[in-house]
Amino acid sequence: MRHIIAVLLENEAGALSRVAGLFSARGYNIESLTVAPTDDPTLSRMTLVTTGNDDVVEQIKKQLNKLIDTVKLLDLSEGPHIEREMMMIKVRAERHDREELKRLTEIFRAKIIDVTDTSYVIELTGASKKLDAFIDAVPEGLIVEVVRSGPTGISRGDKGLTI
Amino acid sequence: MALSEAQLDGAEPERPERSGVELSGAEIVIQALADEGVEFVFGYPGGAVLHIYDALFRQESVKHILVRHEQGASHAADGYARATGKCGVCLVTSGPGATNAVTGIATAYMDSIPMVILTGQVPTPVIGSDAFQEVDTVGITRPCVKHNFLVKDVRDLAVTIRKAFYIAMSGRPGPVVVDIPKDVTDPNIKIPYDYPRDVKMRSYNPVLKGHPGQIRKAVDLILQAKRPVFYTGGGVVLGEASAQLTDFVRMTGFPVTSTLMGLGAYPMTDPQFIGMLGMHGTYEANMAMHETDVLIAIGARFDDRVTGKIEHFCPHAKIIHVDVDPSSISKNVKVHVPIVGQVANVLSDMIKLYRELAPRPDEHPVADWWSKIAEWRAVDCMRYDRNSTAIKPQFAVETLYKVTGGDLYLTSDVGQHQMFAAQFYPFDKPRRWINSGGLGTMGFGLPAAMGVQLAFPDAQVACISGEASILMCIQELATCLQYGLPVKVILLNNGYMGMVRQWQEFFYESRYSNSYVDALPDFVKLAESFGHVGMRVDQPADLEAAMTEAFAMKNRLVFMDVIVDPTENVYPMIAAGKGHHEMHLAPSLSDRELA
Ligand SMILES: Cc1cc2nc3c(=O)[nH]c(=O)nc-3n(C[C@H](O)[C@H](O)[C@H](O)COP(=O)(O)OP(=O)(O)OC[C@H]3O[C@@H](n4cnc5c(N)ncnc54)[C@H](O)[C@@H]3O)c2cc1C
Ligand SMILES: Cc1ncc(C[n+]2csc(CCOP(=O)(O)OP(=O)(O)O)c2C)c(N)n1
Ligand SMILES: [Mg+2]
Repeated sequence: MRHIIAVLLENEAGALSRVAGLFSARGYNIESLTVAPTDDPTLSRMTLVTTGNDDVVEQIKKQLNKLIDTVKLLDLSEGPHIEREMMMIKVRAERHDREELKRLTEIFRAKIIDVTDTSYVIELTGASKKLDAFIDAVPEGLIVEVVRSGPTGISRGDKGLTI
Repeated sequence: MALSEAQLDGAEPERPERSGVELSGAEIVIQALADEGVEFVFGYPGGAVLHIYDALFRQESVKHILVRHEQGASHAADGYARATGKCGVCLVTSGPGATNAVTGIATAYMDSIPMVILTGQVPTPVIGSDAFQEVDTVGITRPCVKHNFLVKDVRDLAVTIRKAFYIAMSGRPGPVVVDIPKDVTDPNIKIPYDYPRDVKMRSYNPVLKGHPGQIRKAVDLILQAKRPVFYTGGGVVLGEASAQLTDFVRMTGFPVTSTLMGLGAYPMTDPQFIGMLGMHGTYEANMAMHETDVLIAIGARFDDRVTGKIEHFCPHAKIIHVDVDPSSISKNVKVHVPIVGQVANVLSDMIKLYRELAPRPDEHPVADWWSKIAEWRAVDCMRYDRNSTAIKPQFAVETLYKVTGGDLYLTSDVGQHQMFAAQFYPFDKPRRWINSGGLGTMGFGLPAAMGVQLAFPDAQVACISGEASILMCIQELATCLQYGLPVKVILLNNGYMGMVRQWQEFFYESRYSNSYVDALPDFVKLAESFGHVGMRVDQPADLEAAMTEAFAMKNRLVFMDVIVDPTENVYPMIAAGKGHHEMHLAPSLSDRELA
């Protein structure tokens, strides 16, 4: 099963490599990993997406918790939560493709954020599946470049993952 | 951890002597060690740590032990830690100094041994430039340490060292590396020194007490058990819970088995002890594991050498598991009653509850179980040929036991000799059996014995080894001479990498590929050339007298080259991937094989 796990880490040099090293050393799947500082500059928040059966995911969480730099951890998939990923996609946009791409952008509530005579850069935020769907919807051969942030997530309701 | 008695009593602690004075980074390193109560630092100098070595030279509170290879430093610090329960400390230079120490760091990591390893690093401005003797020590050691630090500012030095000791010693212990760039120890930059007494880390809070509800569940299971077994491990030794374990086992009247790492935590000569379990465990211990209905696992981590094939592991049992590290629980084997906490605390709580709930003490609920165990015991699985004209390695270990009266610190290398020692030398106290279990590091024994002998200068300390293993850290014989460490090296010389040869005999149709140790040195002359006493024994009848003579030389290192039967194998043996009930017994016993 797919799990999305949020981790608050001490914002120390090397904290990220400890997490990455843990996954490769123990052979855990890692689909994506994003990390950035939070409102508290001493803390980073990491979101990682992994897959595995319940036993494996349980071990992954225990091993993450065991890292000395880990302050708190939450498996977002265990409760109601919101997931968002951001994508920027550069597409070839010439002649009648320009109209088609604009239409798609509207349908998906994306934004065109860069325009040249021959290309667009389109920005889209949403659940990862929606991003996949957008990529599928772009007509054959038009995609020049895709960059995705990897999912981040937050739980629903008034409780927060804070210290 | 380095708490004075006054501190434990809650009285105002003494301030460290030099608090408030201005010190350089190099002096801070040494003063911090002194404030931690460190007796010995095992190390080897080099460019990146020269400032620290200069500070060492100008003080007397911390004693430096100069090893002959950095691997020796890390094993010696480890041996010291295993024997004393205190934190081992080493100091090595950058680059090759650090990489040489890695084997010892990984060895300590696998067996959860508390150590602080100080490594020199190139100066901060040139980090990342492939400077002379630069390696990414934090990167290299990351997978084999509990934690590591790179100190980039002298103002962080004291607090980082305090944290390193705290992390190494608390929770599940382990090695911690502190990497210190040379400019951070600059003798010309002095700052006020104040050693922090307490550290608080919001990200690290090891669990102490077990959950009362879980403890209750465990005791309920224990009270209903018909065929219970205690399966104890290194955690009982690490957690200083020998007394509690012994009380509880005696109170319940249950049988107890131990992993290789837990030997001695429960007295091995006691009738309730049914021997080591696992790959080379006793018939009775492994059969009991196979038939048990309630398994009480305490400070053990269900290693594959212990469980054998997981599908066959304890098929009838409800499992209780006490461990301080949540990630040890249900890692390899799913357990029914997990209890996270320090063994000593959890056992005390269990004992209390058991006393309240237990039936009359004269009732013996597991008498039938003991009759079953007695049948298995009667197989006498460790029988060997006592009339052999060659010295049997088993006989050598039994003689060692006899000569030392069971009062010995015994370190080991890795191989058959290690297993024979574990099987034939019954330890009645914890911290007496010192060996590399998790990593299985050949070369561990001799340097580890140095650490033990330094900690206990008047105790009998021996290193049991093989002719292949001993050569891996043989240079430490020089260290032993320099510091007058009268370790007794008991070399079970079978002329083979015996453990490898055994596997080749069993699983590769006796194709002995590269397991014959050709071109061996003359160990007697070798010992003598290092300034020690060498002895060779090849007759069973001479062994006891020779060993007695060796141990009588209280102030000399004696290297005993004991020529043993080259083809002896370690039995019983569970082949990898088999269950506990599928043991190989010695050929002379196979006709009686009950499994
Ligand atoms: C050649 C060879 C053959 C071997 N054959 C065997 C064999 O036949 N049988 C065998 O048993 N082993 C054997 N081993 C050793 C084996 O590889 C493992 O090292 C060993 O089984 C692990 O022992 P353990 O489970 O006690 O764990 P340890 O490595 O000692 O781990 C201790 C456990 O206790 C926990 N712990 C630590 N401190 C505390 C505390 N204060 N409170 C609570 N929990 C704590 C830790 O978290 C950990 O889970 C062999 C090794 C070699 C090299
Ligand atoms: C550093 C290292 N390299 C290789 C091994 C694999 N190994 C395990 S036992 C063994 C043979 C040990 O031979 P010896 O020291 O003579 O002991 P014996 O088994 O003969 O008693 C080897 C090579 C190891 N454990 N450690
Ligand atoms: Mg040998």
